[in-house]
Amino acid sequence: MRSGQASSGGTLMAVKRNWGLYLLLLPAVVLSLLFAYKPMYGILIAFKDYSPALGITESPWAGFKYFEKFFNSYQFSNTIKNTLIISLYSLVTFPIPIILALMVNQMRPNRFRRFFQTVSYMPHFISTVVMVGLMVILLSPSTGLVGNLFSLFGKEAPDLLGSSSLFSSVYVWSDVWQHVGWDSIIFIAALSAVDPSLYEAATVDGASRWHKVRYIDIPMLMPTAVTLLILRVGGLLGVGFEKVYLMQNDLNATSSEILSTYVYKIGLLSSQYSFSSAVNLFNTVINFILLIIVNQISKKISENSLW
Amino acid sequence: MGVLTPVVKESKGKIKNNRSSDSVMEVVLYVIAVLFLIILIYPLYFIVIASFSDPSAVAGGQVWLFPKGFTLDGYKELLRHSNIWIGYRNTILYTIVGTLIGLVVNISAAYALSRKDLKGRKFLSLFFIFTMFFNGGLIPTFLTVRDFHMYDTFLVMVLPFSVGVYNIIVARTFFQTSIPGDLWEAAQIDGCGNLRFFTGIVLPLSKAIIAVLGLWIAVGHWNSYFNALIYLKNPNLHPLQLILRNILITNQMQSGIGSGEAAQLALRLANMMRYSVIIVATVPIMCVYPFIQKYFNQGVMIGAVKE
Repeated sequence: MRSGQASSGGTLMAVKRNWGLYLLLLPAVVLSLLFAYKPMYGILIAFKDYSPALGITESPWAGFKYFEKFFNSYQFSNTIKNTLIISLYSLVTFPIPIILALMVNQMRPNRFRRFFQTVSYMPHFISTVVMVGLMVILLSPSTGLVGNLFSLFGKEAPDLLGSSSLFSSVYVWSDVWQHVGWDSIIFIAALSAVDPSLYEAATVDGASRWHKVRYIDIPMLMPTAVTLLILRVGGLLGVGFEKVYLMQNDLNATSSEILSTYVYKIGLLSSQYSFSSAVNLFNTVINFILLIIVNQISKKISENSLW
Repeated sequence: MGVLTPVVKESKGKIKNNRSSDSVMEVVLYVIAVLFLIILIYPLYFIVIASFSDPSAVAGGQVWLFPKGFTLDGYKELLRHSNIWIGYRNTILYTIVGTLIGLVVNISAAYALSRKDLKGRKFLSLFFIFTMFFNGGLIPTFLTVRDFHMYDTFLVMVLPFSVGVYNIIVARTFFQTSIPGDLWEAAQIDGCGNLRFFTGIVLPLSKAIIAVLGLWIAVGHWNSYFNALIYLKNPNLHPLQLILRNILITNQMQSGIGSGEAAQLALRLANMMRYSVIIVATVPIMCVYPFIQKYFNQGVMIGAVKE
């Protein structure tokens, strides 16, 4: 090992030689510092009685007051329950894109397969606003497609968007409809990397198509699947704001209030900055801990990990 | 080869059966695929035919396979709404400027991170990845943007959140796998610096990843709703998605909900416009994607799989 001075001189030389690369990194680093790292300092708001006039530094400390307020509020168990139900429900649908990828992989590479893939990606490009708008139109029990379908059989259609008990189902399955094709891309890619000689060897051994799926394709997908699953679990309490917020109405309110919509409402709509930040921080920390735990478990069991 | 041992065990004496079981599987596969296609396409197709149909026929459930009472009134009504066109103009501007900024920021950072001779590479990667899992949250980020005087400006829609860590990871992997290290060494001997190497040699070789990231970023901007909801007050800056929400979901026209006849008329017009507005808002972005699709294999797949 060289002396400290020499190695830091070496580092400086290396940096100097590649100054162009640092210049290329500069915009991304600066933007991250300003809009990702600087707000982290603002987390302090959660522990203070924040007043806009005083600013973050000058506002008086409040300790864990706002966390306690949240834990004692009736919205605590409700928002967490709703968030968990939706995210665990979504987690159950995790294998569907994998099944789709296995199907596509079994199709002969021809026009039909290309058409199938193109169509299955398409709904992914619909914006959340339009998607919820579509649901409002199509799921309407009186005038929508679903309403018409039910009246065709002389039955009364359920009000899918105005129902508390069906909210999570409508949310999750509309998501599957919209993103299943897109989510399958990564698995199709993983399957295309399978060495063809494996299939040949299996054929020689008398394996059927099902055997090849079962003993070659599925094991090949495992590493990719586990990596994505870790990411999903890490975001367990991070159900997206946009779609839920747009789907909310007075009728489904009890089961559609989740952590992120609650943070938005108390924070930006009723200006309780400190309270909202406390709820948000609680959410972020739980997610972060979950991610670390799951990653650790996965490292032990399957040797797959994010870091 | 361990993968194959179970196959050998199970398939003893089954070779004759496999051919028939394979063809059964083939039939099942294509039946499921066709059903799946119908579920995906029909709602989209229905919106298209409904937009050309008499609204009372649509509401009465008479529109199933072809438009009924062909009319362009929905589209004509659309033309009269100036706020939709303001939204359209804004969205196009945000999408073009935002995509250019996003590409420059992310592609250049990704290239720098892909170079093994970059000192501090590990730290810099972590610097970006950390922001994927931990952030300041809604209120601190909101306050930061406001402190920079970006609230209610054009800039807030295109600049602050242009660093996409996932995009950087995918592009970095692409550069690592598809730009040979020898190329840089050769260029260096010829006296070519990092920046010229990047713009003159790397970028022309990376059309696939530029196209794919460009599509992702553009779709993100085109469909963006959350940031506009939070950071924009001035209606002249509102993007299409914000205006769409009023038409599609909350069912408010620009004149607001009046009383009596005016409200009735507004409601009827709103219903007529809903289908056509979905088409007008979604078709442009869906038209771009088939052209980019051919790059998916080279771009995303290489990037995603070997991550």
